[in-house]
Amino acid sequence: MSDIKKIKDDYLNKLNNDLNIESLNQIKTELFGKNGKISNSFKKLGSLPNDERKKFASDLNSIKNELQDKINSKLQEIETKEINSKLENEKVDVTLPEREFSRGKIHPVSQVIDEISSIFSEIGFSVEEGPDIENEHYNFTALNTPDNHPARDMHDTFYIDNNKELLLRTHTSPVQVRTMLNGKPPFKIIAPGRTYRSDSDQTHSPMFHQVEGLHIDKDINMGHLKGCLNYFIKSFFEVDKIKMRFRPSHFPFTEPSAEVDIGYEIKDGKIVIGEGDKWLEILGCGMVHPNVLKNVKVNPDKYQGYAFGIGIDRLGMLKYGINDLRAFFETDYRWLNHFGFDPLDVPSNYRGLSR
Amino acid sequence: MKFTIGWLKEHLDTQKKDNELIEKLTDIGLEVESFENLSSGLDSFKVAKIINADQHPNADRLRICDVDIGLDDTVKVVCGAPNAKKDLLTVYAGPGSIIPKNNMKLSVSKIRGVTSYGMLCSESELNLSNESEGITELTTSKYSDKIGKNFFQSNTEKVVDLSITPNRPDCLGVRGIARDLAAAGVGKLKKISLKNIKKNGSQKIKVSITKDKNQGCTVFGSCLIEGVTNKESPQWLKEKIISLGQKPISAVVDITNYVMLDLNRPLHAYDADKIDKEIIVRNSKKGETFEALDNKEYKLDDDMCVISDKSGVLGLGGIIGGTRSGTEINTKNILLESAYFIPRSIRKTSKLLNIDTDAKFRFERGIDPQSIELGLSKAAELISEICGGKISNFDIQQTDKHEKNKIKFNVSLFEKITGFKVNDNEIIKILTDLGFEVSKEKFELDLKIPTWRPDITQPIDIVEEIVRIKGYENIETLQPEKTKIKDTLNAQQKLFHFLQRSVASKGYFETVTWSFTDSKINKLFRENLKEIKIVNPISSELDVLRNSIFTNLTFYLKKNLDRGFKDISLFEIGPIFKGSKPGEQSTIIGAIKSGKVSRLNWNEKDRIVDVFDVKKDVIQTLVEAGYDRQSFFVRDKSPSYYHPGKSGSVYLDKEEIDPVAYFGEIHPNILKKLDIKTEGLVGFEIYIDYLREHKTKLKDLKTNFEYSDYQKSERDFAFVVDKNIKAQDLIEIISSIDKNLIRSIKIFDIYEGENIPQDKKSIALNITIQSSKKTLEESDLEKINKLIISTVETKSGAKIRS
Repeated sequence: MSDIKKIKDDYLNKLNNDLNIESLNQIKTELFGKNGKISNSFKKLGSLPNDERKKFASDLNSIKNELQDKINSKLQEIETKEINSKLENEKVDVTLPEREFSRGKIHPVSQVIDEISSIFSEIGFSVEEGPDIENEHYNFTALNTPDNHPARDMHDTFYIDNNKELLLRTHTSPVQVRTMLNGKPPFKIIAPGRTYRSDSDQTHSPMFHQVEGLHIDKDINMGHLKGCLNYFIKSFFEVDKIKMRFRPSHFPFTEPSAEVDIGYEIKDGKIVIGEGDKWLEILGCGMVHPNVLKNVKVNPDKYQGYAFGIGIDRLGMLKYGINDLRAFFETDYRWLNHFGFDPLDVPSNYRGLSR
Repeated sequence: MKFTIGWLKEHLDTQKKDNELIEKLTDIGLEVESFENLSSGLDSFKVAKIINADQHPNADRLRICDVDIGLDDTVKVVCGAPNAKKDLLTVYAGPGSIIPKNNMKLSVSKIRGVTSYGMLCSESELNLSNESEGITELTTSKYSDKIGKNFFQSNTEKVVDLSITPNRPDCLGVRGIARDLAAAGVGKLKKISLKNIKKNGSQKIKVSITKDKNQGCTVFGSCLIEGVTNKESPQWLKEKIISLGQKPISAVVDITNYVMLDLNRPLHAYDADKIDKEIIVRNSKKGETFEALDNKEYKLDDDMCVISDKSGVLGLGGIIGGTRSGTEINTKNILLESAYFIPRSIRKTSKLLNIDTDAKFRFERGIDPQSIELGLSKAAELISEICGGKISNFDIQQTDKHEKNKIKFNVSLFEKITGFKVNDNEIIKILTDLGFEVSKEKFELDLKIPTWRPDITQPIDIVEEIVRIKGYENIETLQPEKTKIKDTLNAQQKLFHFLQRSVASKGYFETVTWSFTDSKINKLFRENLKEIKIVNPISSELDVLRNSIFTNLTFYLKKNLDRGFKDISLFEIGPIFKGSKPGEQSTIIGAIKSGKVSRLNWNEKDRIVDVFDVKKDVIQTLVEAGYDRQSFFVRDKSPSYYHPGKSGSVYLDKEEIDPVAYFGEIHPNILKKLDIKTEGLVGFEIYIDYLREHKTKLKDLKTNFEYSDYQKSERDFAFVVDKNIKAQDLIEIISSIDKNLIRSIKIFDIYEGENIPQDKKSIALNITIQSSKKTLEESDLEKINKLIISTVETKSGAKIRS
C-alpha cells in the first residue's frame, strides 16, 4: 500500500511542476507504460492474498484515476498555453480599414413616394399608375377642361404631335379618368408619377412628380377630404399637430375646389412645419366635378367624392430641407449620397416612416 | 387683378380694417398675392424749387441747378431741360430713386465734370404723361407750400394684388370684388351712382352684326360723342391708372381703361371721323390684314370676328383695335363701343394670332352681356365731364338677348357635399347678396343666375358659392375611414419596389432624370425604336423622349467623372418610350458602373469593373426577386451599344422569346463619341414588364421543404473542349444526366495555353453528387462518373483531361 501511495505522492508532486509536452509524456510512460509503475503494480495483484487483493485493487484504481485526471488536465493546460503563445504571434492591427463595402442609395423622390404610399395604405388606398404620354382628352377634356377653357393656359404643355392631340401629361389627374373608366365604384386610389410642364427656373422643373388621390363612394363629403388630408399631412411630417387652412380655389375638375395651406415658421433658418403663423400652399383638392363623373360613366347622383393633387418633390424638399428643385434631377453624386436613403430604410407602417 | 383699398371703398361701404378685408378676400377664394404700398419706392420723389440755374461750364445745353428740397442746404443737380429755370417748382428724385418709366436707379454721378445729386424729372419719366421735352412744371398756387414734401402723396395707399381664378371674370373689376366681400358680411355693396346724362339725337353711324356662321359677336352697343376736347386726364384719374401700374395716355383712353378696371366692362373708343360710313361686325376672310394698336400687322384667317367699315378691318372684336381708327389727342368725335363677344371665338382667334391683351383676357373668360349700357353710360358721363362733347342716344344691336339662366337648387345637396348644414334663410341671403334672384319652393330654390357669372351652370356650383362665402373652416374634419377596397400594390408594383431597392443594395445610387433627352445622345442607344420628338421642347438638348435610360445615365456619368469621381455606380428605374401613343412605354432599370473595384485598397488588389460584375448584379437581383437561377438562360446577343464580345442577355428560361435583361461592357465607340474617360464602363438593363408574375406564392413554396441527409461526394473533372463551347451548355449537358443525383456543378477553372491545342480550352468542374434515398456506394459513384465523362464527350466533343 505504502508503495503505491508513495508513487502517487511523488508523481503528483512532479505533475505540479512546470512541464512541457515531452516531460509530460515521459511521466505518462513512467506510470502507465509497459513497465510503468502503475502497470507493474497491477501485475502484482495476482500474487496478493484474497483478503488484501480487493482493497489493494480498489486503492490502486483510485490512484490510477487520480493520476490520469491530473495528467489530462496538465495536458490541456499545456496545449492551451501553446495555442495562446502561438496566437500571440498572429496578432494583426485591427484598426486597419475593413474590406471595402459599397453602399447604394434610394433617391429622395422614390423614398417620399414610398412614404406616401405607406401612409395611404394605412387608410385603405391602393396605388394606380398611368402613362406619361397622354392624349388631350384624358389630360384635359375628360377632366372638364374643354379646348376653349382658359384654365388650359395654366398648364404649359409639352406636345408630341403638331395637332396637339398627344402630350406629356401635365398632372396625374388623367389616372383618375383611366381608373374610373376601367372599373366600377367605389374608388379609393392614389396615383404617384412623373408630370411635365414646359417651365424651368429655381422653383419649376420641366419634369416633376405629383400624387393624385381619389375617393369616390356613395357618401364621401368634404369632411372626409379634410380628415384624409389632415391625417396625411400629420403622418408625413411626423408631427402630432398640424395647422391647416382650406382656401376656396378653382380647378375645372373639382367643385367645390380648395387649396390647402399648412402653418409653418422659420427656426434657425429652417422651416418647421405645423407651428408658426406663416402659410405655405401645398396642395389642391376638391369634390370631383359631376361633369368628370359623367365623362367616366359614373352616376353623379349616386356617387360622389373627393380628389387631390400634391407635388411630391415639394413635399420632399419641405421634409428633408432640400432647397433647389432642379438638383433632384441633376444626378450630382454628392447630392445623391447626401440626400439619398439607405435601401433598407423601407418606409412602413410598423417600422415608422423614417429613422 | 390690382386695386387700391380706396377704390374698393367706392363700391363697398365698410368699417372694417384693411387687414380684415384682406383676410376675408383669401377666405372667399380671391387669393391675395400681395398687399403693399405701391408708392414705397416713390417716397424719394419730392416737390422741389429751383433756386438758381447756372450754365454748365463744359456743356452748352446743361445747367447746374441749386435745388431746394426742403432741407437746410440746397442740392446741386445737373439738368438738361430747357425749362429748368430759376424759381420753377418741379419734381426732384434723389440718389437711390427708381425712375417709374424705365426702372433705372439713380446714383450720384459726375456729368461733364460736375457732380449731380439726383435728378429733376419730366412727366414722362414719372409716367404722368408722354411729355418728355422738359421737366415737370408744378403750379405755384398748389405746390409753393409743399417744397420738400412727397410728390406722390395720394399713392401712399396700399395696393392689393389678387390672383383671380379663370372662373371668376366678374372679379376682374373692382365692383365684383366688392360684391363678394359684401356677401361675405364685411360691408354693404353701394349702388352705382350714374348722373343723368343728357343724350341728344340718334347715333349716326350705322352698325350691323352680320349673320355669319359662328358669329363671335352677339351684342354691339355704341354711342357717338361729338365735339370733345381730348386731353390729359385729370389728376384723380391719372393716379387711379398709375396706382395699378398702368400708364395714363389720354383722357378718352384712360376713361375706357378705368371703366374696364372698375366694372370689368371693356370698351373701345374709335375716332368717329376715321370710320368709313358704317360699322359692320362680321367674320374675316382669309388674307385680310390690318395694323393693330400694338403696331403689328396681322394677317387674318377665315371666320375671325372683326369690326370693319366700308374700307376694311378696323379691329379684332374684343381683342385689339386698329391704328386706322384709333383716338388721338386731337380727336374730335368719338364712337364708343360696348359689346359682347363669345369667349370661344375670342380664345380661338387670339390663340391663332398669338395676341394677349387685357380685353382678350376678359372676354375670353366671359363679360357680363348685360353691362353694355352701364359701360356706355359710365364712360360717356366721364368723357363729357372731362372732355365735353355731345352724347348721342345709345344704339344697341343684338342677336341674342342673354337672358338670365335658371337652375333649381335642392338645398339638401349642400349638406350632402359639404357635410354641414346651413339654414335656408342664410343660404337665400348669401345667394341674394351675390346677385342671384331667389324664389323658394318646398325643398328647392328657383334661382336666376346673374349674367356676370358665366361659371355657374349647375347645382354643384351653387354649393361652392355657399360654402366659400360661409367659410371652409365650417367643414368638419372627419376621421379617415380605413376600409380597403384592394391591395395597396399590385404584383408589378411590388416587383418595381423590390427591384429598386435590390439594385440599390448592391451599391448603386438611384437617380431620377428627365424623361426627355438630347436626340444626339439618344440615337446612340435608340436601336430600332422610333424617335419621339417633342414639338415644343424646353431646349434643343432636351428635344426627344428617351428610348433608353442609358442616354441620361451616360450624360450624367460624364458630369460626375468631370467632378473628379472615378468609381461610380448609378441606376434609374423609370419609363422609356417606344412610340408616341399613350402606353407605348416600358418600365426599365438601367444601371451603369465605372472605374475600378477595390481602388487603393491595402489588402485587395484593384481591378477594372467587368462584364461579370454586372452579370452578378443582374442575376442576384433576379434571384432575390424570386426567379429560379437554374432555369435562367444566357445568350450572347445584346443591343449594339454593348461591347459585342463582352455582353449578353438573360432569359427567365430557354423557351422565352423576350430577354428580361441585358448586361455587359458599354461599346468603346460610345465612350469615344461621348468623350467619357474612365478605365472601364459596364452596365445592365432589366425589363420589368417582361418579368412574369410568380405562379406560386411564397406560402406554397415554403411548405415544400425537402432535403437529404445522406452523404454527398464531390468529384473534380477537367474537360478539353472547343473554344466556342459555352460553359452554360456544358453545365446543361451534365445536369440533365441525372437531376436527382447531380446536386451542383461549379466551374472552378478555365485554362487556355500551354499543353492545350490552340482552338481548345480546358474547363475544370467540381460536381456534387448526392442521393435523397441512400448513401451512395463507391460503385454507384463510379458509374455516375463514367456516365458524366461519356455523355460530355459524346454531346460536346470534349475530351476528359488526364
